[in-house]
Amino acid sequence: MTKVSMTVNGEAAEGEVEGRTLLVEFLREELGLTGTHVGCDTSQCGACVVHVDGKDVKACTIFALEAEGAEVRTIEGMANPDGSLNVIQQAFQDHHGLQCGFCTPGMVMSAAALLAENPKPSEHEIRDYLEGNICRCTGYHNIVKAIMAASGQDVSRIAAE
Amino acid sequence: MTVAKPLPHDAAARHVDGSARYVDDIPVPAGTLHLCFGCARISRGRVTAVDLGPVRAAEGVIAVLTADDLPFDNDVAPVAHDEPLLSDGTVHYAGQPLFLVVAESHLQARRAARRAEISYEEETPILTVEQALAADSRFEEGPRVYGRGDVEAALATAPLVTEGEIEIGGQEHFYLEGQAALALPQEGGDMIVHASSQHPTEIQHKVADALGLPMHAVRVEVRRMGGGFGGKESQGNALAVACAVAARATGRPCKMRYDRDDDFTITGKRHPFVIRYRAGHDAEGRLLAVDFRQFAVCGWSQDLSLAVADRAMLHADNAYWIPTVRIESHRLKTNHQSHTAFRGFGGPQGMVGIERVLDHVAHRVGRDPAEVRRLNYYAEAEEGALSAPLGGSAASPPEDISAKKKDLQERRVTPYGQVVEDFILGGMTERLLETSGYHVRRARVAEWNARNEVIKRGLAFTPVKFGISFTLTHLNQAGALVHVYQDGSVALNHGGTEMGQGLFQKVAQVAAQVFGLPMAAVRITATDTAKVPNTSATAASSGSDLNGMAVRLACEEIAGRMAAFLAERHQAKPTEVRFRESRVEVGAESYSFAEAAKACWMGRVSLSATGYYRTPDISWDRIRGEGRPFFYFAYGAVVSEVAVDTLTGEYRILRADILHDAGSSLNPAIDRGQVEGGYVQGAGWLTTEELVWDDAGRLRTHAPSTYKIPAASDAPEVFEVNFWQAENRAETIHRSKAVGEPPLMLGISVLMALSDAVAACGPGYPALDAPATPERVLAAIRRVRGAA
Ligand code: FES
Ligand code: FES
Repeated sequence: MTKVSMTVNGEAAEGEVEGRTLLVEFLREELGLTGTHVGCDTSQCGACVVHVDGKDVKACTIFALEAEGAEVRTIEGMANPDGSLNVIQQAFQDHHGLQCGFCTPGMVMSAAALLAENPKPSEHEIRDYLEGNICRCTGYHNIVKAIMAASGQDVSRIAAE
Repeated sequence: MTVAKPLPHDAAARHVDGSARYVDDIPVPAGTLHLCFGCARISRGRVTAVDLGPVRAAEGVIAVLTADDLPFDNDVAPVAHDEPLLSDGTVHYAGQPLFLVVAESHLQARRAARRAEISYEEETPILTVEQALAADSRFEEGPRVYGRGDVEAALATAPLVTEGEIEIGGQEHFYLEGQAALALPQEGGDMIVHASSQHPTEIQHKVADALGLPMHAVRVEVRRMGGGFGGKESQGNALAVACAVAARATGRPCKMRYDRDDDFTITGKRHPFVIRYRAGHDAEGRLLAVDFRQFAVCGWSQDLSLAVADRAMLHADNAYWIPTVRIESHRLKTNHQSHTAFRGFGGPQGMVGIERVLDHVAHRVGRDPAEVRRLNYYAEAEEGALSAPLGGSAASPPEDISAKKKDLQERRVTPYGQVVEDFILGGMTERLLETSGYHVRRARVAEWNARNEVIKRGLAFTPVKFGISFTLTHLNQAGALVHVYQDGSVALNHGGTEMGQGLFQKVAQVAAQVFGLPMAAVRITATDTAKVPNTSATAASSGSDLNGMAVRLACEEIAGRMAAFLAERHQAKPTEVRFRESRVEVGAESYSFAEAAKACWMGRVSLSATGYYRTPDISWDRIRGEGRPFFYFAYGAVVSEVAVDTLTGEYRILRADILHDAGSSLNPAIDRGQVEGGYVQGAGWLTTEELVWDDAGRLRTHAPSTYKIPAASDAPEVFEVNFWQAENRAETIHRSKAVGEPPLMLGISVLMALSDAVAACGPGYPALDAPATPERVLAAIRRVRGAA
């Protein structure tokens, strides 16, 4: 067992982990941050996406020890400082970008990473960026729409309500 | 009005901030143990020797259980009692659970399970339709046959006979949340189970049997699933029973979640089918007789296969009147996972069969497939139909009218004798072909294909007619429990489960509507077998129809009691009491709902009620294939366009235009989501989602790395979804229609559009099997060219 410490959602977090403990296990089991989901265990589905030092990372593909000293952000740390939903979260709710919701945290985290690097992505760029996030329920249309809306773009063209 | 509003999913706010809990997210007591199955690596044979020593010695292992350690019933089958939780030594498929590891952590259990040393005596597995037929390996004594008329005679006299065969692959559910369960032992031997299940009552039943307890000693709770699609109707039984048995043995809480590879390897999928057809028709493509032979690959245990295969037969007609028809269905027992419910429950496979026939016939007679489809439609329902293509003109003599009426009546009868009273596809098709610009685009596609050698385009229209109700008539019942508290807040419970389809929100909208309350006043609570007993699975698209009605009845009961009490107080009639905008009005008096609730409580009026609903007017004899299995039909229509690279076989869906019938929608936003998601899931099934078993019967596609589910870039960018604005003719909850399963079958249009594109490459008929992977498309292109 090795000691690991990092900043998670702005707060210091530490614990004892094995060398092979994945970041997602550390977040879910040690810190109780269960909003980061495990959908495939093998880095395909994107349900476990978190941000490590601002970059989107699948938390099932990195060891907890690799995040030593890093700034980690999870879905639980995405709300506005006053606790209200941030613009991406709000857009997923308003534009029905979820059904079972299991993919949603990963989708929101990927969307946030995309918008940080490309504030006004085209529909095509969004679809491209989401290649690593599987959603089995929605058919993606409303997810794409939610991200377009969150980036302040007009979505009336995408589909009527 | 809360009904008919496009409100977000009930837990949307909790999903976007990560606080919505799935089974694996529920905080567990210290000392909770974790389970993993040790599974067979061969697909057929016997276990000759087992050494579990290394498993027991592995780090963190608390116990290892085999069939001999099970205290009571060793069975997790939903119907036939043919599915042991742990093998008795006989192996029926590669992946079958042989023993159960109980360990301190999930990973320790998984690692330990791999360490067993097992020797087998292998037998040759039955893996194909031919092998199963040769061995007469099947469920039920022989094939089921439904139909009418003398098909052989009709085929013999038909001007043209078109025959062929289509292979239709299975489909992995890939609910994003894998199977999971958690059992918490209670005092006196009672057990509480949290399960990711569409069927809490069945979990309760199976757990009770496994523990030797009456059902009242087991309570099952389901707050939500991360997707179900039918895959959590029976396939979660094994996990829940394993957890309960291990919890009883150790006295500690036990949790199990399948790792994704285990989930693929252990659980059943959509039934693969082979369908052979011989269709007699005229030169215009009018069907005169069809002979279908459906071969359903059921896997090793019966599970729900009989009902699945029945529904495939009941959808072998889809939207078409076939004068003389015979449908023969073989339910084959093979050494695969036990195939199970999957959105559409056999209906999609049956429908692919007839859509393939029409595509083939249209190609044969050289007509636009959309026109051939319309030519064969059931007769349109009379009132309210948009187009009346078959009505007699005013000048017709009376005997002509009655002859036509009789003819129309005949054109409404399904192969199983139910009259299609609500057929609206004539009108829907006309509208959709117009709004999608079908005819113009058909000409453009032809032009494009004439000019382009490499990229060929394809366009296809397909309709959906899907029967709503469980075909096992007794399942069409539902219960609800509603409480109004003295502060005017309302708690709502019913037997339906939430898997993302938006059921909880729709039903809450119904409840809020009765009381005239805002949504915030209604609390949706987890499905709980201690609150509403003896429920049916949330399946067959029936969730809102059944539970919405049961909840409305319970709410109306309470509202009625409140109205009677307040009316008496004010010398008014109960019927004059109004519930609206959070107020209760009695004549000139007006109470807030909370004041009214409190007054009723003080006046000793019960503010709690159960509701119970059973679907009327249905009856079904599944052996004879006769009756009225469906309360009504739900309809849909779609035009899809694809582009195919003829050098590689790769393709894209360019555009989809959908017109769907949800009756008077309870929530148009939720229904739209079902339509979009259903279409994409259906298209995935028939295009990229390929399950591959090797010759030894091992599933080789057991993760998303090898099993290709549609990604964001695979969905069509132009995606027009509209609803047919007409209420359900049947008396359903607010005249809405079920919308869970039907849209999946809109995906069939993609397979037909691919067929259209391939047909542009040469004179032959593409005869595409499903899934039409790029490899298969490329092979079909070669075939049609070779036919030159
Ligand atoms: S669980 Fe990490 S990508 Fe699926
Ligand atoms: S909402 Fe269910 S997987 Fe995306």
